[in-house]
Amino acid sequence: MLDDIAIRVRQNVGIVTAVLLFSILYLLYNLSHPKGFSSAVLVQNGDEIFALAMLAMAQTVPVLASGLDLSVGAVMTMVGCFASYLLTGAAGGTPLHLDIFGLHVGLGTFPGGVSGILLGIVICLATGALAGFINGCVVVYGRIQPIIATLATGAVYIGIALFLRPTPGGKIDEDLNWALTNSLGDFAATVHIFDDGAASWFAPVAWIPVPFVLLILIALLVWVPFRRSVIGRAVYAVGSAEGAAYMSGLPIDRAKIAAFTLAGFFAGCGGLFLAIQTSSGNADIPQAGAYTLNSIASVVIGGTSLLGGTGSAIGSIFGAMILRVISFFFRIFDIAPLLQPLFEGLILLAAVSIGALGVLRVKNTLELFR
Amino acid sequence: MSDAVLTQSAFLTLSGISKRYAGVRALEGVDFACERGKIHAVLGENGAGKSTLIKIIAGVVQPDAGTIRLGGSDVSFATPSAANAAGVVCIFQELSLMPDLSVADNISIASPPRRFGLIDARAQRRRAEQLLAEIGCEDVNPLMRVRDLPLSRRQVVEIAKALGKKPQLLILDEATSALTSADVEKVYAMLARLKAEGVAILYISHRMHEVEALADRASVFRNGRHIETFDKGKRSTADIVQLMIGRDIATQYPPKPAREVPKPVLDIENLSWDRHLDRISLRVGAGEIVGLGGLDGQGQKSLLLALFGVLRGVSGKVTIEGREVRPGSPAAAKSVGIALVPEDRKTEGLMLPMSIADNLVIASLDAISTGPLVDRARENEMIKRAIARLQIKIGAPGDAVSTLSGGNQQKVVLAKWLMTDPRIILLNDPTRGIDVGTKQELYRLMRELADQGAAILFYSTDYDELIGCCDRVAIMYDGRIVRELQGDDLTETNIIASALNIDAATPGAVGAAHA
Repeated sequence: MLDDIAIRVRQNVGIVTAVLLFSILYLLYNLSHPKGFSSAVLVQNGDEIFALAMLAMAQTVPVLASGLDLSVGAVMTMVGCFASYLLTGAAGGTPLHLDIFGLHVGLGTFPGGVSGILLGIVICLATGALAGFINGCVVVYGRIQPIIATLATGAVYIGIALFLRPTPGGKIDEDLNWALTNSLGDFAATVHIFDDGAASWFAPVAWIPVPFVLLILIALLVWVPFRRSVIGRAVYAVGSAEGAAYMSGLPIDRAKIAAFTLAGFFAGCGGLFLAIQTSSGNADIPQAGAYTLNSIASVVIGGTSLLGGTGSAIGSIFGAMILRVISFFFRIFDIAPLLQPLFEGLILLAAVSIGALGVLRVKNTLELFR
Repeated sequence: MSDAVLTQSAFLTLSGISKRYAGVRALEGVDFACERGKIHAVLGENGAGKSTLIKIIAGVVQPDAGTIRLGGSDVSFATPSAANAAGVVCIFQELSLMPDLSVADNISIASPPRRFGLIDARAQRRRAEQLLAEIGCEDVNPLMRVRDLPLSRRQVVEIAKALGKKPQLLILDEATSALTSADVEKVYAMLARLKAEGVAILYISHRMHEVEALADRASVFRNGRHIETFDKGKRSTADIVQLMIGRDIATQYPPKPAREVPKPVLDIENLSWDRHLDRISLRVGAGEIVGLGGLDGQGQKSLLLALFGVLRGVSGKVTIEGREVRPGSPAAAKSVGIALVPEDRKTEGLMLPMSIADNLVIASLDAISTGPLVDRARENEMIKRAIARLQIKIGAPGDAVSTLSGGNQQKVVLAKWLMTDPRIILLNDPTRGIDVGTKQELYRLMRELADQGAAILFYSTDYDELIGCCDRVAIMYDGRIVRELQGDDLTETNIIASALNIDAATPGAVGAAHA
């Protein structure tokens, strides 16, 4: 039994390190923040972490199958632009139309109200998953290396986003924005449940920020079942040794498509939240690129090997949180914004180096190359 | 042998199977059959078509012509999983394990036990424990990652994985080549059990004594053709070898020259490392081939790696021609004249996608460059010489080294190191999974190198080979050298006794123990 625990810890050193590092950094942050350990700080942090955490999860799945997805930021941006049309919540619905090649095509009226918002959310998430599915098909059936395939499709998705929102704009239902970007208490008050959040049993959890709850729900309801499904394990198997996976009779093509589709879904979740949080759609190309690169950094800090086969989306969530906490420190210590990339880079380098410390303990140098 | 009888009771029948790869014939009009409840050995040199035959039966490649009947109906398998579904399971020489997944994951990879649609980790673990117990290897923890297991344990996992698929026809392709002797016994017992249950077993091995011990019937292949099938005991080993290579072989091993005590080239004193090497002292003289024997995993590989500068924290003294050396890396070891033919030629020996030429010169680039540039003329000259010297069978030097057969790949590894003119050659089981013909060429080459003054340290899991090739054999047990055997003492009995660390120096000792 003890053996088993020792084995499990040894196999998850990366994730354990990331969790510890985050805990230490976040504790220090709260200690040095004037309003540390308060619900308000937590809510603000949650809002800032959510989108990157989702993109980190998104990036993890293709990386596990040993392929990078350079389109996650683009998918996020595109879904955000869709959301800015579909989640207005306007009482009479939103009229949609398409202006293309000088033509003006009316697309009818998208329903408003609560049912319209729910439908809009479903469509946004489905769009993300579809974008990922297309990535997967290009990689599998086009036999194109993932990094190039997603570079190309990513440009297409950004193009669609620009077409939808040449300039930032659109609108998101205010209640939706309020309900999802604050604490559970505010959520309950907005959607009128649990006596508008005043129920006495509800008080002990009312301080928890909604983004954290969403993050945990998505991890538990999407990631954990995926990890334990046959197709999920096939993704790990493909990343570990594709030839062996084939010889073992695993559905390799389906595994890869599933990996990219899930990545698209997670990236869609991130885009949806970002749109809700900012109450607008914005085809921001630099932002999409920055999110993609940060998602890769998060995956590495979270203990997932870029070679594939080992790691977990849970680790990547912590990787994303570590990246964000680093930038929180800048606000507290009032460091010149222009220096921020420099410090971020140095700290990223240090964080990744911790993961490489194991190298010093290796007695058989051949193991370094396995 | 009568074909009529065979086809009546046969479980698997191939008729007129042919296969070509890019115009090169791999199999030509092969008729072949095997029965339930029999172990059927398939023999032949590398390149004889055995691998292609197996791949066709297991659904990895499709034949160009011919039919396959299994259990009375025509079949054609498009994928390995289709073959598995029909009860045809193959244990491949190239391990089909996913290194980052756990042992339990690997064993149940194709159809894991499920609860509510998700993989049931506990049931999966129980299943792994059960299957490992069936082949007597309970010591493997199913939670371990395959990456962290030694090669011999990985092969055990591979076998357990195949067993879990409930085979009707089980194919073993060199499946015991990396196993320890103790495990081999367990695998034999398992095969006997499967045979009694009526499973048809196809067994491919280059170890003749294994074939003799196990097979009920054997088929010999040569140059893509089925040469002959015969029952156990109908042919002598010499006959079989001749059928395989189609020519006479005078002696399997080159003669050992008698010579004075040679001047020591490599002198090892009190070498220790971690828990794996314990005060090793050994001398290898110029022109000597010294064998490392014993059970697998007693520190032989670590000793070679320690000498080659791969291990950290090695204590003790290593002297080469009187000068103390302490190589801290393979590059440093190379510069003092040490060469190592590593355990796994596919990962440590070769860069598979690179060309034969690039692989050959990769260790001696200094010798063929002027300043930062490689001298192409000298490079080509050296490549040509190396290929001729080792008689490597290649298409063109520019072909990827992965296109070569196993034996020729191993020759490339050896040729690469010979180009560096090493004084000391370390060989880590260089004949694993290599055909008889190439093995003999390697033996001859080793002796030739020794005669030219090289000191050779040769680890092999094959006792026959140690006896035939080596001037002296050091037997290791638990990280120590327990005995050195030479001359008339160099017998299989002595090697096995020392390997098990029981004292059988005098025949009386064993008798006394029994009395």
